[in-house]
Formats: sequence, structure tokens, C-alpha cells
Amino acid sequence: MTTILPRKDVVIVGLGWTGAILAHELTEDGLDVVAIERGPWRDTATDFNIGYAQDELRYGIRRDLFLQPAVEAMTMRNNTSQTALPMRDYGSFLPGNGVGGAGVHWNGHTWRFWDSDFQIADHLRDRYGAARIQELQLQNWGVTGAEMEKSFDRFEYLAGISGKAGNINGQIQEGGNPFEDPRSRDYPLPPLQMTYAPTLFAEVTKSLNLHPFPTPAANLSKDYINPLGIAMGQCTMCGFCERFGCANYSKSSAQTTILPVLMKKKNFEVRTESEVLHVDLDVSKKHARGVTYVNTSGEEFFQPADMVLLCAYGLHNVRLMMLSGIGQIYDPNTGEGTVGRNYCYQTNAGAQVFFDDKNFNPFVAAGALGQTVDDFNGDAFDHGPLDFVGGAGINCIPSNGRPIQTRPTPPGTPRWGSDWKKATVKSYKSTLGFSSQGSSYPTRGNYLDLDPTYTDRFGRPLLRFTFDFPDNDIRMSNWVSDRMEDIAKAFGGRQYTNTRRKKGWDSVPYQSTHNTGGAIMGTDPKTSAVNKYLQSWDVANVFVIGASAFAHNAGKNPTGTVGALAFHAADAIRQQYLRNPGQPLVSA
Amino acid sequence: MSKILFSLTLAATTFSAGLALAQAPDQADEIIRGRYQAILGDCAACHTAPGAKPLSGGLPLETPFGQIIPPNITPDKASGIGNWTEADFRSALKTGIGHDGKRLYPAMPYPAYTRMTDRDIGNLWSYLRTVDPVFNPVESNQLPFPFNIRLSMMGWNMLNFAPGEFRPDPSKSAEWNRGAYIVQGPGHCGTCHSPKTVLGADETSEALQGGSLQGWYAPNITGNSYIGIGSWSEDEIVQYLKTGTNGHTIASGPMAEAIQASTSLMADEDVKAIATYLKSTEGGPAQKPQPIPASDARMKVGAAIYHDTCSACHGGDGKGASQLFPALAGSSIVQQPSSETLTRLVLQGSQAVHTPQAKTTPSMPSLGWKLSDEQVAAVLTYVRNSWGNAAPSVGASDIGAQR
Repeated sequence: MTTILPRKDVVIVGLGWTGAILAHELTEDGLDVVAIERGPWRDTATDFNIGYAQDELRYGIRRDLFLQPAVEAMTMRNNTSQTALPMRDYGSFLPGNGVGGAGVHWNGHTWRFWDSDFQIADHLRDRYGAARIQELQLQNWGVTGAEMEKSFDRFEYLAGISGKAGNINGQIQEGGNPFEDPRSRDYPLPPLQMTYAPTLFAEVTKSLNLHPFPTPAANLSKDYINPLGIAMGQCTMCGFCERFGCANYSKSSAQTTILPVLMKKKNFEVRTESEVLHVDLDVSKKHARGVTYVNTSGEEFFQPADMVLLCAYGLHNVRLMMLSGIGQIYDPNTGEGTVGRNYCYQTNAGAQVFFDDKNFNPFVAAGALGQTVDDFNGDAFDHGPLDFVGGAGINCIPSNGRPIQTRPTPPGTPRWGSDWKKATVKSYKSTLGFSSQGSSYPTRGNYLDLDPTYTDRFGRPLLRFTFDFPDNDIRMSNWVSDRMEDIAKAFGGRQYTNTRRKKGWDSVPYQSTHNTGGAIMGTDPKTSAVNKYLQSWDVANVFVIGASAFAHNAGKNPTGTVGALAFHAADAIRQQYLRNPGQPLVSA
Repeated sequence: MSKILFSLTLAATTFSAGLALAQAPDQADEIIRGRYQAILGDCAACHTAPGAKPLSGGLPLETPFGQIIPPNITPDKASGIGNWTEADFRSALKTGIGHDGKRLYPAMPYPAYTRMTDRDIGNLWSYLRTVDPVFNPVESNQLPFPFNIRLSMMGWNMLNFAPGEFRPDPSKSAEWNRGAYIVQGPGHCGTCHSPKTVLGADETSEALQGGSLQGWYAPNITGNSYIGIGSWSEDEIVQYLKTGTNGHTIASGPMAEAIQASTSLMADEDVKAIATYLKSTEGGPAQKPQPIPASDARMKVGAAIYHDTCSACHGGDGKGASQLFPALAGSSIVQQPSSETLTRLVLQGSQAVHTPQAKTTPSMPSLGWKLSDEQVAAVLTYVRNSWGNAAPSVGASDIGAQR
């Protein structure tokens, strides 16, 4: 028995960053918008209460804010010769749950992808020849860096990002990232005050003729009032960002930048603890009628709407498209189908330097308080003599000194017992870590589809990952690890470790919640699921917004680009789609 | 025949429509002015329950004598005031005696509304006639015996009630008089902010010096620079009443509601007049007492709790952050004789008001689950006696009474 509800202009699936941005933008045009959110309502004072927000056991270890596998699990395998099995717990990545989504518990690194990312296939083919990228399935995104600039700017000013521009309208700025694309103006806030570890990292990398700069941070260096009139507070550097909600209104999220205004609007409504089962299409399969969802009592509702915006976590967007029959599911054997294509991840590695005579006070920290070197990121350097494409940002961002999970010990230390305790005491304050965050480029064999065996609590097939780190990316990561070894040596510590990325993606240890692709944007409906405005090629009144649209992943955190794409899509809907609703914005 | 009848009807319709149009401008003005009186008087604060139709009856008011439910004042004949005459309404506001001679309880602030001019009351009546009638029977009188006998209010009025319109003070400016009129009359500020006698009447000799009601302490709002609003500039008072926040504090509790529904919607010149008048009033101790020394055992415990739990937002120096976290240093609210509001904020938390100029609605989280009575008492004693603040200590039993 499905209850049919009164029609809405727009139904949004998921109220995180992108859902909140789209809801705000479209309600400004007077549209009647409802957001349907699987998880609970979350609010700073009640859910990130200063008295328990920093409970590491609850949030860091037991992962209170995250999606639990009992609600939705996923299956994984490294290649098509294996049989995928369900992940019994989320480990390698941790999708969010509830209002604010993963934007509640992120660290706050806020990057812009470059023009050489958006036009990656053309760029690399022109510079190195087609043969160099033959093993990869690299594609242009359909937009340029210049086209995306104003959307990046809007997201950064919405979120109050702290940073230092490296290139304003083509003028290189001292102290910023010289490799970034031109931006129209500086960040809204100056960089965070540096702690000792990134300060030392900057000195050492400069001595190696590299170009360190402050990591752009969604942890606020100063009090700020954003363009919506919402106030945020200066970060206290408590070091509880990733996995935690911020109790101090100091980390940008839907809660701290949009919801106070959005929730007061009479033409907006959110229904929490309501899970969308699928998008309902008409008989032509070219038009969405609305969505079907179920609440926690098991009651089913049909919400009719003129537009459906999939704004869930990227992986959920992809699965909802598959479950709804929007577009054709990708088949790696034939290369046909687009939904599930070009799933990418992140290719990371890390180094640690152990000192005898230094005190880094690691508990004074913020999620994105640090320094980055982009000399070896993307195509900032000449790959001519090398055997790979892509690169990595090298980051010294000591985001926390939390008592349970931050226990650096030098090699040879026992895993438990009194010697371990002694070693953690000795190393806690005197260890410096830095890491490479590497690009992840698509291959024909890395993709998402529906699992043939395992289902969720509603009997729907689970999402299946078929993924391993491509050989190109392993070569890239190893080469960057060589550069990290140079840096580690230059620190002159007692000893160092340099852990390299190896093949064989393992879903258990935490690596990164930067899952991208699967509903990628592009110029050709044969190889992309959505057009350059994130509109489905197949069902014109469905837009799919999130990192699901990334045609590949760069050596950067995705949220800045996700936020920019949300504004980019919102502009296209407001300025173009609404004039001629139901029609494709790009003809195939 | 039918044609003739039709023409006649048409003519009659045209005629009456023309008449209505001719009358419209004056009446419309009256209604618009009356609607503004309803904002000045904040009728909705008591007479509209959250989510309900405007003025169709409110949530129960807890008084020291028992519960009173604000009635339905829509023009519904069966359950509202549809059967009232303008004279009934005028009498209710001026004398506390309503339709059919029924005596009102002073939870309805007729001791303040009696100061309103006949013209303002007339306009308000005109407006109330235009509100959508809602059928919602409300039995206002939930008081226990003997307070439930309405006739008892005759004696109360004799003892406590001085009827009569506001009389301007010719020695003061027009602005001051306008402010005094709003504060004493339609704005009925003293209903919350003046202490009450044992009979529940405003203690007129201590007008606006702070009062306890509904689990909050409405602070001293006289020009006293220690515990009143004397240290605020007129602009800061205006900013507070218009937006709910200024550099000193952020409104919460019933004042947040009053700002949202009333003061933020008042004309700028009226808010300015209120500020001018309030600044001129006096009341309460002018001298700060000696603060409790930092070496006091309660202060030491309080300092530890403050730095652990409170300082991340309110700052180690108690200065807070504009628009987000109220300053505690120098705050008159923090230094009121009663710690009732502070206790409530710590135990239950509170959310700031949303106004067009201050949209963030930051919240004080509840900490009652975490801090014991002794700990709350210690941290409040610390906050009330640090950074230049000075106020009586807070005892654990005060906290327990409010849990």
C-alpha cells in the first residue's frame, strides 16, 4: 500500500552539501522543494553537543555518524575473476548518514580541480601522445577550468575557506600554490595559524626547491559571516574534525552555512529517516514521475515531482540510478553502458619521521591545518621521461592528536604491552607525519554495478565494487614516494618510515572516503551518464549531483569540486532548464 | 421579469461595491494601524499556540497561582470574541472586565493596556475583527480554588490596579514619551521585567528591575549600568530589539519570542524611543559588590569546569564571539541577582532567535546531563565573579530546584 502525496516541484534525495545547495538555490526561484533524507536530523547543539562531540570512542571508533552496513552494505572484489563478498563493516571508506551527510564529519580540505583535470584526455594526449594513456579510460568532463571558476568561488565564499591564493587572474601570488589555475580573487579568510609540524615541513620542502603553501581549509581562521548572512566562529583547533561533527560552528557544513536559512523557508521541507527506494519513471523511461520512499515504520510513499535531484553520496546516486533503470549499466566486456563507468578512488601513501628533540604538540590541530606541496600533483610537472601520468599532492596536515587512534610508534615496536606503551609515550609528541594523496585514473575494468547475489533489507541488490589500483597509479605513487623519501631524509630525524602503495585494494583499513565516478559527466552519451550540467542523458528531468560525476579523481580531496559542481548545476537549472523544463540542456 | 430583477440586483451590487470602496481607505488605515498595535502588544505571544491559526488560543501560562490558558480572540461567535462589542473590548483592556461583566485575570496585562489611548484600542479592535474566525473553545480558567473565583479579582483590582490612560510628561521629549508609552502601555514590558508582589501584581516601586516567570528570570532593563542596560548605547539596544543580538548578548527564551513576533517588526523610530526611555530609567544597586575572590574553593572548581566545557565558545576571557556566542564578561544578564536564567541555559540549553538580520540561530547546548548540581553552581559562581563581573554565588540547591 503506497500513499500518494501531493505533488512538489522538486524532490531532492539526500540533504548533505549538494542537496542543501540545490535546495537553497531552487527555493530562491520560488520552487516548492522537498528533501528526503535516509538518516536522522542533525543539529549542532543537540547532535554535536560540546559536552560529548569529542567522544573518540563513540564517533572515531564506533562511527556513530556514519552509514552502518545493517542499513546498506556493499560488496567488493578486485577484478572480474573473483566473486564479490559483502563488506561486513565499512573500513576503507566511511559514507555519511543523516542531514549534512559526509559534510558533517569531513576534515575540511577544500581544493579546486584544474583545467588540466577537466580536459584531461585532450590535455594529456596533446602533451604526451595517445599511446601514453592507452591503458586508461580517461575522458574530458565537458567543462573547462575557466567555466567552473565562479562556481568554485561561490562554494569557497559560502563555506568561508581559509587559504592563500597562488594565482589571481594570472598573477602568481607569493606564498600560495603557484600551480593552481587562475582564480578571480583570494580566499574569503586568511590561512589558519600554522602549528609546528607544517611549519617545519614548509621549511624543509622550500630547502628542496619545492613550493609549500597553506592547505585551503574549511576550518575557519577567523569569525565569518557568509553571503547567506550566517555566522561562523573561529576554529579552536581542538583536533576533532574527521569523523566528528563540529560543536563550535567552526567547520563548514550544510549545518553551519545553509540550513539556518533554508529551514526557515516556507517552500522547503525535509523528511528525515525516510529512504528513497527508487526513482519512478513513466512508460517511455525518459521522464521521472517522482520517487518512492519508505519511512522507519515501513510505510511506503510516492512523492510525485516535476524534477528529481539525486544528491546522495556519490555511490548511492549510482546505485539509485541502477535500481531505477535510469540509463544503461556499464559492461566492462563490451564497454557499453554508462552507469557504473569510471569508478575511481584515491592512491595514497604515507611517511613518518621520528625525532628525539622535537615537540609538535599534535593535539593542537584542525582537520585541514597544514601545508601542501603540489609540485608533483596532476600534470604540474613534466611526465615526458616518466612511465605514468597523474600525480599526488604531498600534505603535512597533522589533523589531530586524538588519544586512541593517534599513537605513532617507530618500526620494530611491539603492537601491545609495556614496550608499546613506552614507545607511544616517547613518540606521541615527537613524530611528524606527511602523506601523498594521489590521483586515481579510470580503467576499463574498474567499475560499479549491482551485485547478483546479495541484497539489502528491502530485497534490493547491493552495489558491487570491482576495483584495484591501476598499474599506472601504482607507478605514479611509487615515484611520488621516492620524492617523499627525499623529504623525509631532509628532515634529519632519528629515523623515518616510508610506506608505499601496493596493488590489491583491501576494503578493511581506512584509506579515503573519496569514492568518485559511476555517473560521470561528459560530452558523449555513449561514455557518460550525465551531460556537462549533471543532467541525465536518458531522463531529462533527473540531475545527478556529487562526486559520482567525476570522470576521474585528481590528487586532491573532492569536496571543493563537488560544491562547485552543485552551484554549476543549480545555475544551469535556474537559468536554462526552468525556461524549458523536461528538455535536455545538451543535445546528444 | 427575470431580466428586470437581474438588472436591479446588478445595480444594487454595483452600488454597494461603490460604497465599500468609498469607505475603504479610512477603514484600511484603521486596520493597518490596528495590526501594528497587535505587534506592539505582542498579542500572538500568548494567544497563538505554536503552529496554530493566529490568535486562536495559546499554550497554558504557568502562574504562581495555577494555570491560565490564553483564550481564543478570533471573531468566532461560538468560541472567540465574535459576540463582543467594541465597548466590551475597550472595557477589557481598560478595566479588566470583559463581555458579560466577566473579570479577567491580570495574566492578561490589562494593568498595562489601561495606559493605551482610546484611538489605539479602537484600531486594535478594528484589526481583530478582520482576523480569520477559528472555532477553538478554550477554558481559560484552570486555577485551583479559591483563585478560580473570578469575582476575587474585584478585591485584587482594588488593591493592585490603577486604571487610567498614559499621561505624557511635558518636561520630556516626544521621543521619550513615545518610548514610555510603549513600554508602560501596549508593550507591557513590566509584565515580565518587573518583580511581582505576593499577590502577583507588578511591584511598581521597582518597575523594570527584573522578575521571575515561567522558569526564566527576565532581567533588569533599567538604565542601571551594573545590572541593567545602562552600559549599552541606544544603538545597541535598538540592534538587540531589532535583531535579537548585539555585541553584548543574544536573546533566548521568552524574549527571543518577543523579538521575533514583536520588537523586530516595530518601526525603527518606536524601537529607538523605547531605547531612549529605558536608558533614562533607574533602578537596582548602582555599585557592584566585591567579587568572590578567585582563591575561593568554589571559584577554583568553577574555573576548571569553565575552561573544560565553556571556554571553547565563550572564550578563555569570557568575551564570546559576536553573533554566535554571547559575551559573559561584563554581561548584565550574567550578574542579575537571580541566577534562574543562567541555570536554565546550562541545564536545558537554548536557541537564539531567527531574525532577517541575524539568521544563524546558534544554540547553547544542554549540559544538565553532564554537570552535577554542585558543578553547575560552581561554574555559574565562577562566571558571575570573573573578568570584572560580580554577583552573589550560586548554591547547589538552587540548581536542584530547577532540574
